[in-house]
Amino acid sequence: MAPQLPKDQLLSMYRKMYLIRRFEERAAQSYQQGKINGFCHLYIGQEAVAVGTTEALRPDDYQLGAYRDHAYPLTRGADPGMVMAELFGRATGYCKGKGGSMHIFDVEHFVLGGYGIVGGQIPLAAGLAFASKYRDDGRVTVCYFGEAAANQGAFHETLNMASKWSLPVIFLCENNRYGMGTAFARVSPLPEVYKRASAYGIRGEPVDGMDVLTVYEAVKDCAAYARSGKGPVLLEANTYRYRGHSMSDAATYRTKAEVETERKGDPIPKLRHYCVETVKIPESEFEKIDAEVKAQVDAAVKFADESPEPSLDELHEDVMVEPGEPDVKPRERVLGIKVDWPVWPGPKDYKVTWDLEPREQAEEADEKAGLKQPAKQPARA
Amino acid sequence: MPEIAWREALNQALSEEMERDVNVFLMGEEVARYNGAYKVSQGLLDKFGSARVVDAPISELGFAGLGVGAAMVGLRPVIEMMTWNFAILAMDQIVNNAAKLRHMAGGQLRCPIVFRGPNGAGGRLSSQHSQSLEANYAIFPGLKILAPSTPADAKGLLKAAIRDDNPSIFLEAELLYGVKGEVPTGEYVLPIGKADLKREGNDATIITWSRMYYFCEQAAQALEKEGIHVDLIDLRTLKPLDEEAILASVRKTNRAVVVEEGWSFCGVGAQIADIIQEKAFDDLDAPVERVTGLDVNRSYAAVLEKATEVSAERIVAAVKKVMYREEGT
Repeated sequence: MAPQLPKDQLLSMYRKMYLIRRFEERAAQSYQQGKINGFCHLYIGQEAVAVGTTEALRPDDYQLGAYRDHAYPLTRGADPGMVMAELFGRATGYCKGKGGSMHIFDVEHFVLGGYGIVGGQIPLAAGLAFASKYRDDGRVTVCYFGEAAANQGAFHETLNMASKWSLPVIFLCENNRYGMGTAFARVSPLPEVYKRASAYGIRGEPVDGMDVLTVYEAVKDCAAYARSGKGPVLLEANTYRYRGHSMSDAATYRTKAEVETERKGDPIPKLRHYCVETVKIPESEFEKIDAEVKAQVDAAVKFADESPEPSLDELHEDVMVEPGEPDVKPRERVLGIKVDWPVWPGPKDYKVTWDLEPREQAEEADEKAGLKQPAKQPARA
Repeated sequence: MPEIAWREALNQALSEEMERDVNVFLMGEEVARYNGAYKVSQGLLDKFGSARVVDAPISELGFAGLGVGAAMVGLRPVIEMMTWNFAILAMDQIVNNAAKLRHMAGGQLRCPIVFRGPNGAGGRLSSQHSQSLEANYAIFPGLKILAPSTPADAKGLLKAAIRDDNPSIFLEAELLYGVKGEVPTGEYVLPIGKADLKREGNDATIITWSRMYYFCEQAAQALEKEGIHVDLIDLRTLKPLDEEAILASVRKTNRAVVVEEGWSFCGVGAQIADIIQEKAFDDLDAPVERVTGLDVNRSYAAVLEKATEVSAERIVAAVKKVMYREEGT
C-alpha cells in the first residue's frame, strides 16, 4: 500500500472527479434540451483515470486524447464555463465553437486536443515525445485512447517507433470494454491490451481504472520511468462508462445488470469513503465541495447559455496562419486573464544532443554484417 | 550560376534550412544511412546527426503523424514520402490532423510541416507507383500545395515551405530528379503562391505545373516555328493559386490550354478551367482546352503506358484547336 496522500491532495482529487461528473451530467441535460448537438461522449464512470493521471504528472507534461475529451482540460484547471461554451458551440468556447465536444484544446495547460478519428491522436503523441527528446525538455506525453483504438494501424506503427527510439510517452489505454456497441473481446483475440506491449519490447501493465489512488501511483511510476529515458509504457486502465458511447446511444448491447454491478465500483464514492473512513476527513468537507462544484457547474452552464454564437467573420479565420499572426490564447481572449502561454525552447537557441542511432552502434552492426562502411548505393532507377 | 540537378537543389535547400534553424529535421524511409531513395538527402546524416536525419520504419501513417505532433509544439519537420503513392496510407494524418489542427483548436496551435516526395509517373511502374495525386490534397482547406518544375524553383520553394507556418504538400517528380538547371547558391527563397511566366507570347496561354512544364516548353518551341507565340505559365504553387497571373494572361491572349499529368476527371485543371470561365468568360475566344493523362489506370506495357501520357504533340494540337487552326494548315 502506497503511503497516504496529504489531505489537501485527496480533497483536490475528489473535487476534480466530482467536477467532471457534475459537468457531464449537466452536459447530458443540456444535450437533451437541444443546447448541445452533434456527438457528445460522456466521461461518466471514467473520472478516476484522468484525475489520477493528471495528479501524477508535471503540469507542463503534454496530454491528448480521443473524442471523449471533456475531462482532460478540466483536470488541468481549464475554465469549466469555456469548456461548456465549446460544447454549446459558442464564441466563448476554448476553440471559439469550431471544435465542439470532440475537439477541445487547452494549450495553456498543455492539453493538446481531442481527436475524432479513432487512434488518430496516437502518432501525434509520439511526435510530442520526439520533440521532448529532441530538445531534452524532460517532458512526458500522456496519450489517452480507448481500447478499440488498439486495433488501428496507427497504434501498432506508433508503439513500434516509440519503442525503437525510447520516446518518453505513456500510452494510456482507457479500456471501457466497448468500442461504440462492440465489446472489445468480440473483435480482439487478445482482449488485454497491455499484453501487446511485449510485441514492441516495452513495459506494459494493467491498472484498476476505477480507483483514483491506484491510477495515481501507477502513472507516477510510469512517468518517472519514461522521463528517465527508459522508453514508453503501455498502461491499461480498466474502467467503465456508465452512459452510452455518445448521447445518441441507448447502449442496448449490454445488460442493465452489468451496468448496475459496475456502478457499485463508482470511483467517486469510493474515494470519499476512503477519505472519511481511513483518513478521517469529516463528511462535512465533502458536502461543502459538492455544493461548491454544483454552483460552479451551474455557473458554467449559465455562462455557455448566455454566450454569443460565433461571428461569421470567424469562418475564414484559423484556417491558414499569416506571417506574424500570433496564436490565440483562449482565456485571455474570452476572460481577459493574462495567461502564461507555453513557449517551447526559444526559436533557435539550443543544440540537439540526442543521438537517435549512435554511429558506433551503426558501425558495429555494419562490421558484423561484413560491411566496413555504409555502401554507396546507386540512386533507385 | 552553377548548373545543378533537381536532387542537388533540394539537398541544398534542406541543408541550408537545417543549418539555419535547429528546429528543422528530416524524417522518412531511407533518408539517413541510405542517403535517400532518390539521393535527395545525400550527406545530411553525416552533417546533422541521427536525431535530425531520421530513418523511419515503413509506417507512413505513423511517421507522418509523428511529424504533425512534433510540429504542434514548434519543431519544423520535413517528412519525406518515398513516393506520394505511399502517402495515401498517411492521408488521415495529413488531412484530418495537419490540415485541421489550427481550425479545430480555434487558432491555439500551428502546424509548420512539409510533406515532400515524388509525385506522378516514374516510367514502366504500372498502376500503383505512377499516380498524380495533387487533386486529392487540393480539395482540403488548410494545406499549401507546391509543384515546381525547375531546380531553381524547387530550391526556392522548398526553403519557403520549410519557413512557412502552415502544412505544405511539396510535390516532386521521379523523372525530374536528374534534370539540371541554373540554381542560385545560398539564400534563395521564392514566394509561395506566385506563378512564373516562363515564356511570353500573345496568341494563347498554356497553364501547367511540375514536370509537365517541360512538355509545354517543347510544344511552345514547336509552335514558335509555326509563328504561334504562347504565354507559358508555370503555376509552381497550386494552393494558394495565383489566379491573377492566369486571368491577366487569358485577358491578353483570349485562349487557354491547361496541361496536367494526372487524370482529367476532377483534376486540378478542371478547377482552373472553371475559374477562367467564371472570371474571364467574356475574354475567351474559344472554350478552354485541357490536356491530361488518360482516365485509365496506368499499365506496365510500354505501348499502353505511352498512350496514357501527355505529349508535346497533344499540347500543340490543343493550342491549335483554341486558335481554330486545323492541324497542318
